[in-house]
Amino acid sequence: MYDIIVIGGGPAGMTAAIYARRATKSVLVLEALTCGGQIINTPDIENYPVEAHISGFDFSNRVYEQAKGLGAEFAFEKAVDIKDEGSVKTVVTTKGSYQAKAVIIATGSENRKLGLEDEQRLTGRGVSYCATCDGNFYRNKVVAVVGGGNTALEDAQYLAGLAKQVYLIHRRDSFRGEETNAERLKACENVEIVYNSNVTRLISEKRLKAIEVTNKLTGEVRTIELNGLFVAIGRVPENMNFASVAELDEAGYIVAGEDCHTKTEGVFVAGDNRTKALRQLVTATADGAMAATEAVKYLNNMSL
Amino acid sequence: MAVITINSNNFKTEVLESKVPVLADFNATWCGPCRSMKPMLDQLAEENKGYKIVSIDVDDNSELAEEYDVSSIPCLVVFRDGEEVNRSVGLIPKDMINALVEG
Ligand SMILES: Cc1cc2nc3c(=O)[nH]c(=O)nc-3n(C[C@H](O)[C@H](O)[C@H](O)COP(=O)(O)OP(=O)(O)OC[C@H]3O[C@@H](n4cnc5c(N)ncnc54)[C@H](O)[C@@H]3O)c2cc1C
Repeated sequence: MYDIIVIGGGPAGMTAAIYARRATKSVLVLEALTCGGQIINTPDIENYPVEAHISGFDFSNRVYEQAKGLGAEFAFEKAVDIKDEGSVKTVVTTKGSYQAKAVIIATGSENRKLGLEDEQRLTGRGVSYCATCDGNFYRNKVVAVVGGGNTALEDAQYLAGLAKQVYLIHRRDSFRGEETNAERLKACENVEIVYNSNVTRLISEKRLKAIEVTNKLTGEVRTIELNGLFVAIGRVPENMNFASVAELDEAGYIVAGEDCHTKTEGVFVAGDNRTKALRQLVTATADGAMAATEAVKYLNNMSL
Repeated sequence: MAVITINSNNFKTEVLESKVPVLADFNATWCGPCRSMKPMLDQLAEENKGYKIVSIDVDDNSELAEEYDVSSIPCLVVFRDGEEVNRSVGLIPKDMINALVEG
């Protein structure tokens, strides 16, 4: 039996483990993949205090070493359920189950998929969710970016410097992203912005060959031949497994305030999977600290 | 056994002509998820499973990346008797890596 089980070894979860260990509580972190979370995808972090530049991988590794050094235990298993038995919670994983007095859910978010047929099979065969990771494979080729937020605009800009031609498929007629990003993109000669349109079909043989794009206003269908499609339509939380212990909003985020409490006593939430206005490292780590502190308070009250 | 680094000179002998199955890890130094996966591949190699693990840097070996149609990394490709038999793209946990080869 652990004092605290943290589900998810991203920045929020590992920070929670650091705080819990410093309060001398026993901690198990359950991580489905490898520790680090989504930030390992970025080559350069420039907005986290103290380091002007650090890669996501190095950042993650250093937080991991810090948590481990303080005595946090790690198990590489995916949590699939939390059973609330009052003063004891059982966390069920793909390999077994663990018990703790308190649980912190820090499962972050993952890339939103288009939801089209063959999308999974074509991932890595023309479909990508990370322009900075995979852009290099498309030098002098034809690519499209789907999305209208800042990530999509930045991806399109980055790819415009590598690819022969870039299409940006956007479902609205204006951008939510930063004005300057959109203006810069419009000035690029090799970029065509396709407004009011959705990608409605992936056309492939062994790999992606073309996409079918449908204009929402006119119904017009256009086929664009290309080599690569970069999907940048946001991220989604994966909290469905925990819906019995925590309330979810329409988008699937766990409803909780700054104090990181869920509707279940002894179950807390931290990081990108919580309802909040800004999803960044600094807010994820702040949540980790808060959730752990509240969990420690809960444990200490329990033993009174 | 350690992970073997591949270049255009040893690809044929180490991968295509290998007597045992080969798990080829297409990666790059700047790719975070690739670096995250590396310790797991090192561990699997040390555990001396019945297969060989090789590392292929896509920047140093762009012709191999092109030939095997690698366009997202990390990309793991399993070869048996010189033929691709399985593939996985993106970060996956250690037991899933092993299952790619051992099924
Ligand atoms: C490409 C990219 C660049 C970014 N750049 C920046 C930046 O420069 N600055 C910045 O501040 N922020 C940046 N961010 C945002 C930042 O990465 C996130 O805000 C932060 O990682 C959120 O941390 P988290 O711990 O809440 O969630 P995550 O990082 O998503 O971590 C969640 C972890 O939980 C694991 N997990 C999920 N479900 C389960 C389960 N059921 N059981 C066990 N484990 C599970 C996941 O595998 C993952 O490791 C970037 C994000 C991306 C994608």
